[in-house]
Amino acid sequence: MTEPRSFRALFRRERKPGDLLFAALFLAFALFLLARLPDQTQWMKRTGFAAQPAFWPGVAIFGMVGFGALHLLSSALSPRMPGRWREALFWARSAEYALWFMAYVFAAPLLGYLPATVLFCLLLAFRAGYRGAGIGWAAASGFGIVLLFKTFLQVKAPAGALYEHLPEAARAFMLTWF
Amino acid sequence: METILASALMLMRWDVLAALLVGSVGGVIIGAIPGVGPAVAIAILLPATFSMEPLVGLTLLLGIYGSSMYGGALPAILINTPGTAVNALTTYDGHPMTLRGEARRAVSLAYSASFFGGVFAILCLILLSPVLALVAPMFGSREIFLAALLGIVLVILAHRGQVFAAGMLACFGIFLGTIGLEPVKYTRRFTFEQSWLASGVDLIVVVLGLFALSQAFILLTERESAPKPQRFSGSLFGGMKELMRNKRVASVSASFGVLMGMIPGVGEFTAQFLSYSYAQRTSKTPEFFGKGAPEGLIAAEASNNAVPPAAMIPLLALGIPGEALTAMMLSVFYVHNVIPGPQLFQDHMDFVGALYLSLLLLNLLVLAFLIVSGGLLTRIIRIPTRFLGMLILTLSFVGVYSLRNSITDCAMAAGFGVLGVVLKRLGLPVVPIILGMVLGGIMEVKLRSAMARVKTPLDFIDRPIAAILFALILLVIALHVRSLFRARRAERTP
Repeated sequence: MTEPRSFRALFRRERKPGDLLFAALFLAFALFLLARLPDQTQWMKRTGFAAQPAFWPGVAIFGMVGFGALHLLSSALSPRMPGRWREALFWARSAEYALWFMAYVFAAPLLGYLPATVLFCLLLAFRAGYRGAGIGWAAASGFGIVLLFKTFLQVKAPAGALYEHLPEAARAFMLTWF
Repeated sequence: METILASALMLMRWDVLAALLVGSVGGVIIGAIPGVGPAVAIAILLPATFSMEPLVGLTLLLGIYGSSMYGGALPAILINTPGTAVNALTTYDGHPMTLRGEARRAVSLAYSASFFGGVFAILCLILLSPVLALVAPMFGSREIFLAALLGIVLVILAHRGQVFAAGMLACFGIFLGTIGLEPVKYTRRFTFEQSWLASGVDLIVVVLGLFALSQAFILLTERESAPKPQRFSGSLFGGMKELMRNKRVASVSASFGVLMGMIPGVGEFTAQFLSYSYAQRTSKTPEFFGKGAPEGLIAAEASNNAVPPAAMIPLLALGIPGEALTAMMLSVFYVHNVIPGPQLFQDHMDFVGALYLSLLLLNLLVLAFLIVSGGLLTRIIRIPTRFLGMLILTLSFVGVYSLRNSITDCAMAAGFGVLGVVLKRLGLPVVPIILGMVLGGIMEVKLRSAMARVKTPLDFIDRPIAAILFALILLVIALHVRSLFRARRAERTP
């Protein structure tokens, strides 16, 4: 259903499929935290109320539970939108790229920043559906990112266990610049 | 005068000027690419700026912050897709002008209005400085606590129709800020006996996850798109003349931008809403609004570009960020042990002045860049979305890993990335989490020190500014409740 294009529509928000699911999960998480509040924080003797270590986590969690319950209620009372599980599937599909990211995180200290970055860009571009020139652009972009951050800006990046196997001069060069 | 000269001298260094140039040009380019935006860019660059001098790092980030909205107007006008979220209103009148074959006129007008809004706000900031320097020292612990509380309340209430969601997410942000070793009694809070949680959840990890990684995940998961913008040619100078013919709309819109920017948690959207409504109400041809009215375009662009300089006021004077981008910048101040707040105006006025001047200079740089680079920017808009996702993911690694060389931080950022995907897909706000984390920390510290000096709860508001802030909190809540009842009554009335 398309809405008439109006200025006010820009500022109005609508509930989307999956809203109820998220609201329920959030409230369950908030209730879990509330149940753990006594054993995860301390209430100390001879200490003022505002200075208690448990005070601010308590304020935050009670707020999460209160607002979370109201949000769940408003979601439950609003007209149901179809596509809840299709939306949940989208969330799960996006988690695939979180795994790609973590694979890159683990590969960089082993292979070194430059090889891991170029390889990551190549493989991810392939996964994203690029072929031919797209793959070349991806590798070049990876190299450019390393050049900018490690070579020029000297940002702390993993050195790479693989570099240890290089000849002395090459190893020092790679450790410093790539 | 002496302060201005000292500030200018601080700015006249090659590294500061280079950072300003890179930030402002980079900001325009980032703003012109739909799907990236200044929040993603600042989140990625934030850790890299920690090794720079405070002024260099801040001018780089300010450059991106202040110039991205200029760039964001271009895709809004040419392809009906805002480059940044706050350029959404620009599509209403900018794109119909393109469809009429007036793309060059629309772009020129948008740049001129943006320039006017930006410079107007900086001049206001400079003129307000003596007042700020006078008022800021009157803010003690309780006043800063109440100002931060007002910020939280406004952030929640500003998300009209989503107040419950904004509230629960702001509280979630406050909770995240309390995880780890508590700073006074050194007890552990919500660490679940895990050593990696003892040092807490870093703000930058959350920011990178919620803004950068989530955007990368969405771009990679969604269907590919590569827009083909319409080319335009010719001079971009004509916009300034047209702007002068509409100087009333431009001035009022920029004033709304300044006012709304100064109030924590309100920002560009409210400023645009008020400016656009004003422009439409006072126009001789209100029926053209939404169909390519130049006044509408001026109202949208002048107001949103006036907000960034104004948002620096609560940040610099009180150390209270009004939205996510200034919250990120706050961490740069802290890393370099430059504590924004009343003391900054007394001890480092030259530093504050240098920031103001850099904002002024960046507007000039951006305008000059835009006038010569129209063709280049239309090509940048065409970068395919999945390719962008891949780039953001690769860049995010540098941002998270360089922070503490921690794989745990990367895993946490990835987790927040998935949470960010869920929130963005549901249309729920991400900003309350960030502001909850920052303002929650400020509130905890300030309340603790303030309560040590008061005997009864009423003593807390016995100073004039504290009383005014408390009254403001009550007032905004009361006004919100009243507006809800009125809206409900209006719905019932046939």
